[in-house]
Amino acid sequence: MSEVTETQLPGIGVRHEFTTSHGERLAVLAHRTGRREIAVYDRSNPDECSTVLHLSPDDTRTLAELLGASPVSEAIAAVQRLEGVAIDWIPIRPGSPQDGSTIGSGQLRTRTGTSIVALLRGDETVPAPGPDVVLNADDLAVAVGTSDGLRQLRALLEA
Amino acid sequence: MTLLADVTNVDPAVAFIEIGVVALVLSMLARLAGRLGITAIPLYLLAGLAVGKGGIAPLDVSADFIHLAGEIGVLLLLLTLGLEYSPNELRDGLRSSAVPGVIDAITNFTPGFAVGLVLGWEPISAVLLGGVCWVSSSGIVSKVLTDLDRLGNRETPAILNLLVVEDLAMAVYLPIVAAVIAGREADETIVAVFIALTAVAMILTVSLRWGDRLSALLSPASDEALLLAVFGLTLLVGGLAQQVQVSAAIGAFLVGLALSGPVQARASAVVGPLRDLFAATFFVFFSFSIDPGDVVVVLIPATVLAVLGIGGKLVSGWIVTRPTTTSARGRLRAGSALIARGEFSIVIAALGASTVDGASLGAIAAAYVLITAVAGPLAARYADQLTTIVSRTGSR
Repeated sequence: MSEVTETQLPGIGVRHEFTTSHGERLAVLAHRTGRREIAVYDRSNPDECSTVLHLSPDDTRTLAELLGASPVSEAIAAVQRLEGVAIDWIPIRPGSPQDGSTIGSGQLRTRTGTSIVALLRGDETVPAPGPDVVLNADDLAVAVGTSDGLRQLRALLEA
Repeated sequence: MTLLADVTNVDPAVAFIEIGVVALVLSMLARLAGRLGITAIPLYLLAGLAVGKGGIAPLDVSADFIHLAGEIGVLLLLLTLGLEYSPNELRDGLRSSAVPGVIDAITNFTPGFAVGLVLGWEPISAVLLGGVCWVSSSGIVSKVLTDLDRLGNRETPAILNLLVVEDLAMAVYLPIVAAVIAGREADETIVAVFIALTAVAMILTVSLRWGDRLSALLSPASDEALLLAVFGLTLLVGGLAQQVQVSAAIGAFLVGLALSGPVQARASAVVGPLRDLFAATFFVFFSFSIDPGDVVVVLIPATVLAVLGIGGKLVSGWIVTRPTTTSARGRLRAGSALIARGEFSIVIAALGASTVDGASLGAIAAAYVLITAVAGPLAARYADQLTTIVSRTGSR
């Protein structure tokens, strides 16, 4: 990863800058309000920006998704390249037998051959959760395995 | 209490009509300012001149109400300014920009102080005029930088840090001058200054050290409860600060500094609209109490000061960007962004309204802010072109 420098902008937010492997200098500005700006510096005059993009919080999510930056979308991309491997999103509903128990105690991997690679919990992601992570109602489990295994896992989580 | 009594004695219907018309006029001015790409402050000041003493459409019934609302406006203005900064930003700003901050103070305070003495004013009024000329408007400057897409520029962090240092310097300057204005005998004044500085140091320590406790206490509140809590706390601390001769505005500024984290962002969001309303009233009331005739009289010294003030900020910008920006264009751009004066200049002049030279001070401050607040954003926008023209004619 390239070296990122962080600059505080008092009263406005934070600015992160780095130089791409192509030699272009780039800054990402995070406003406190959640707005983002992407600034591209002029090559001949690094004091100034030649282009500035203004992104709302929504635009930022779209762009991050398109760039494949989020761990979940990267995992999906990797999985989709593998023959015979499927991925599924399985909600843990209130009343699920696994609600409140850890991933390990349910012996989910042993019984189905699938792995839970991420838990989406509200706005937050728990990537690669270990066996001691507790499953809660309203979590969304992202699981990888064979289609059969995933069907069994869904049955176990929903039964 | 007399203020409230006066307000209740007037016919509410007439007061509503007057206030309503003023608010509508201000709304149109705010839209006009937005279209012209300048801040609304100079237009509010002009509106105040028009409806005030000797203006074209004098108001009388609602003057007391507007006065009190204006006083609240100052508190909210300073509260939101304090909310802008976190304790870390203050520390970083002081570390990186203390020396340029001192140079900035000298180059921009001195002209005002000197002109005040030349005009034959009392020393304290000259000190106030120095303050009026000194401080850039954080509100206008950060808005200009955002609007012109300069937040990514290399000179920008240095500019913003200088604003932090100036605003912090105000937390020391305002209480001192407030104490000097209030004190009569020399020894009384020294005691008053001492009390004022102690009070500021105390509030600052409390807010930096235990600010997170206060924030945690407020954070579960609903928006409504938070608004009332922040509003109440600001007025309470401001009032108590005023009681010990520290300016109420600084009390409010320190309350803003004390709030941090998520509460800080929420408080800015809920107080913002209230601030806009009351701050507009403050600017109107300030120039409301100025005779337009006085402004015409002081136009020459005010213009001289504005020219010196523009030069002074170009020097400040040049110095503060030395470590980060290499090109002359970037460094002049920084200076031009700093030209605009605004809220603090008016707050300082309002503080001196009761002094012997208060009327002239107010008139000069109004003219000075009118000139710099309009010229500043324009100079910032065309700084690069101006630099090119100047360097071309220079090399010819």
